[in-house]
Amino acid sequence: MKKFLIPLGFFLGLVIFLAVGLNRDPKEIPSPLIGKPAPAFSLDTLDTNAPKFGPQDMKGKVWMLNVWATWCVACREEHPVLVAFSKANQLPIVGLSYKEVQPQDEPAGKKFAPQEKLQFARDRSALWLKRHGNPYVLSAMDLDGRVGIDYGVYGVPETYLIDKEGVIRYKRVGVVTPELLQSTILPLVQKLNAS
Amino acid sequence: MIVEIGHFALILAACVALVQGVLPLAGTVNDNQRWQSLAKPAAMLQFLLIAFSFAVLAHGALTDDFSIKYIAGHSNSLLPTQYKFASVWGGHEGSLLLWMLMLSGWTVAVAIFSRTLPLAMVARVIGILGLVSTGFLMFILVTSSPFERLLPAAADGRDLNPLLQDPGLVIHPPMLYMGYVGFSVAFAFSVSALLSGRMDAAWARWSRPWTIVAWIFMTAGIALGSWWAYYELGWGGWWFWDPVENASLMPWLFGTALIHALMVTDKRGGFKAWSVLLAIGAFSLSLLGTFLVRSGVLTSVHAFASDPKRGVFILIFLAVVVGVSLSLFAWRAPKATLGGKMGLVSRESMLIANSVLLVVATGAVLLGTIYPLIVDALNLGKLSVGAPYFNAVFVPLMVPVVFLMVPGGIAHWREARWAQLGHDLRWPALSAVLAGAAVWAFTERGTWLTAMGLALATWVVVGLLMQIAIRLKKPGRIPPSFWGMHLAHLGIAVITVGITMVKSYEVERDVRMGLNDTVSIENYSFELVGVSEVAGPNYRALRGEVNVSKDQKPLEVLHPEKRKYFSSAMPMTEAAIDSGLFRDLYVSLGESIEGEKPQWSVRVFYKPFVSWIWYGAILMVLGGLLAVSDRRYRKSASTLG
Amino acid sequence: MCCLAPLQAKEAAPLAEDPVLEKRLIHISEELRCLVCQNESLASSRAELANDLREEVRKLIRQDKSDSQIKEYLVTRYGDFVLYKPEVKPLTWVLWFGPFLLLVLAILGMAYYLRQRQGAQTGQPALSDEDRRKVQEILKSGDAP
Repeated sequence: MKKFLIPLGFFLGLVIFLAVGLNRDPKEIPSPLIGKPAPAFSLDTLDTNAPKFGPQDMKGKVWMLNVWATWCVACREEHPVLVAFSKANQLPIVGLSYKEVQPQDEPAGKKFAPQEKLQFARDRSALWLKRHGNPYVLSAMDLDGRVGIDYGVYGVPETYLIDKEGVIRYKRVGVVTPELLQSTILPLVQKLNAS
Repeated sequence: MIVEIGHFALILAACVALVQGVLPLAGTVNDNQRWQSLAKPAAMLQFLLIAFSFAVLAHGALTDDFSIKYIAGHSNSLLPTQYKFASVWGGHEGSLLLWMLMLSGWTVAVAIFSRTLPLAMVARVIGILGLVSTGFLMFILVTSSPFERLLPAAADGRDLNPLLQDPGLVIHPPMLYMGYVGFSVAFAFSVSALLSGRMDAAWARWSRPWTIVAWIFMTAGIALGSWWAYYELGWGGWWFWDPVENASLMPWLFGTALIHALMVTDKRGGFKAWSVLLAIGAFSLSLLGTFLVRSGVLTSVHAFASDPKRGVFILIFLAVVVGVSLSLFAWRAPKATLGGKMGLVSRESMLIANSVLLVVATGAVLLGTIYPLIVDALNLGKLSVGAPYFNAVFVPLMVPVVFLMVPGGIAHWREARWAQLGHDLRWPALSAVLAGAAVWAFTERGTWLTAMGLALATWVVVGLLMQIAIRLKKPGRIPPSFWGMHLAHLGIAVITVGITMVKSYEVERDVRMGLNDTVSIENYSFELVGVSEVAGPNYRALRGEVNVSKDQKPLEVLHPEKRKYFSSAMPMTEAAIDSGLFRDLYVSLGESIEGEKPQWSVRVFYKPFVSWIWYGAILMVLGGLLAVSDRRYRKSASTLG
Repeated sequence: MCCLAPLQAKEAAPLAEDPVLEKRLIHISEELRCLVCQNESLASSRAELANDLREEVRKLIRQDKSDSQIKEYLVTRYGDFVLYKPEVKPLTWVLWFGPFLLLVLAILGMAYYLRQRQGAQTGQPALSDEDRRKVQEILKSGDAP
């Protein structure tokens, strides 16, 4: 009688889904911003004398936005890869310094004034980049993380590829590895540059 | 050295389990009595070997043997003794050894309490359990051995997660595992019935006490987990619809369905195939739960560290065990005879309706739990299914289940009539409607959900009191199972009241308190009179002193703590709870706040009737114990074919 | 720590600056997911990103945005994953309507089966001796479960 096979059929379907699920990472969140314009912002950069930066300044170019911070351990791992990559001059890499100043950096009982906070962040970032190499054409300072939220940042490091029209085409959550550069990022950069 | 012997004992146990699995079952096929009678001694030997192995690991924990990688990862020399012991099951590998200890224990119990069963039946049941044991032992030996060495030995262990350093860890997992594993017995009985080709109702009678005992442990385990989360986590929640919690709820729901369906199969010989399916399903859900928790497929606060290799192994094991059982079902179940005559409206149909509803409810929980996985697997994106979904879907599905408890107890076997039922139930119905209306009219913060919850509870309580009154008037001895049933149903009503009241009327106040500041809820007032630093065996803590008064009169002093364990970066909240019959007062100390005056963030809860959730669970456990003590179960099964 | 001079017992101030806003925040954030936690709501998580996102929600509440607008804001940035209560859309129809559909089917199926069963039983063979003995047993055990 066919109906007695229903439990088995249902179970096999379940097993197939579970098997596929084993290869997925349940915590990896795909970005809904892919195919949408990069959210606008206007932030101070590492350079005290430079004007504020925003994604509109990169219109007409294919570029990479890398979210990083000096306190981020995984960024340390990815950094040499980015430095080497920047030397190949394939595309400009813009840094987004994300929440550089942490609560424990502030002296006990006092809060930094905004200008103090920016200076602290600039100083520490500049020192870090001097020591570990600077792959960035510039680094925008997202001190309170609001720009990060607009970009759907939930962990550091994260990396975006943005095309000539300012549309986000790719997002990587986690470290950028040489394999990833070869297999995914470079081909995409070439494709975007051609269009 | 002893560690390696412990490991070797596990290997031996796997071999014994294989023999225990294969020979008795083969013996039933070719009618070899000697092979069949190997079942019981093999079961005993397997248990002894696994118990020895477990003792070795426990010994390692209690003697701070940090050359054992697992102990180094989950224990610490500063841990109080009971937590050193409990750390044996604090992580993945050790908890599997606990699982095996229980599986082999249940198998031995079947071997001991089956003196009156025919040899072939015993051989099959123990054989099936042996095959399951073999699979688990292989899993442990190949991917998750707790006996791996760490050389050179660590100076000290990484410590048990502070959240787990609590009496809850000592009892909750063992209770829960006794339940999970206990359903394997009903599973073995039902598969054994399928194998024998004799789909009669005998297996149902034999299975009933085993199922109830497993259910008792499962109920206790889940309730303990909920209670533990409530007092441990610091924000007063007691159920989160976390995948791991769902993994324990699903077999429980099926187990409850099975208990009720077995009544019909046992007494009237009907719905044999359905009962077999429920028995297979309950244990399958246990295995599925094991998979979900350990494979990394779903994110959960409870999940063990995941490893794809382990996930693959468990999935294959799950697929084989359940796949073979369901194939056997598809092949043999159609041959089952129909059983006694039963009307569309009858006690039988209500009992079966209960199990059908519970299966639907389980389906809802399963759907919600794995839906994100399905959507992701189909490359349709990533979504989350959380408490709001489960509350919206599960609660309405459970209302008819609770409702049916009353007519189900009153309806006659074979045939009941609507008119008769309506007449018999007029008092419970009237009381329920009045209770609901009273709540709706006279309380300000209640909603229609509050009214419905209390109406439902009233319906159940008046219904069972009425049944008890009727029965007391009749002559004859009342069997314990009668009291057991009503006590368990009363437990459900009590839980319903607890959940309804706490969800409708709880109050939370999040305040900043300096010394001598007060906060009031209802007629209680809380005053922070001091904050001091204390040192514990493996932590330092900030300890608050809160004077609680009721109606201006001093009631109690509570001591909420914020602990910093040496081994962990995360601070831990130890809430202070004044638990009462009708309300809990719950105070949680937060961080200190920067400012001129010293201040701390404090969270105060007033939770009416929240303890009823756990009192209700206790009643259910007692009800189950009464039911199982009924001599009818212990009367030999030899009276039935 | 102890106070040296008797202080006036003071009613503690709410932790939040604006309790009304906070209440709404809790209500909304209970249905949102903490993205960096192992399955916790935005309301209860203590993670840094959760703090930031709660602050963002507060800002939106002050701007008089509705609940659905606030959820929309977060979904635009983080996707459906951030909602603990999935939206009712074609992708989630099975999720939201499946259980109730299953309930209806199950009840109908059971009723149909019971009816069929009754029909099949109006032509029962005579009881065998063993069955007769079993029947006696069952009848003797009475109405208790």
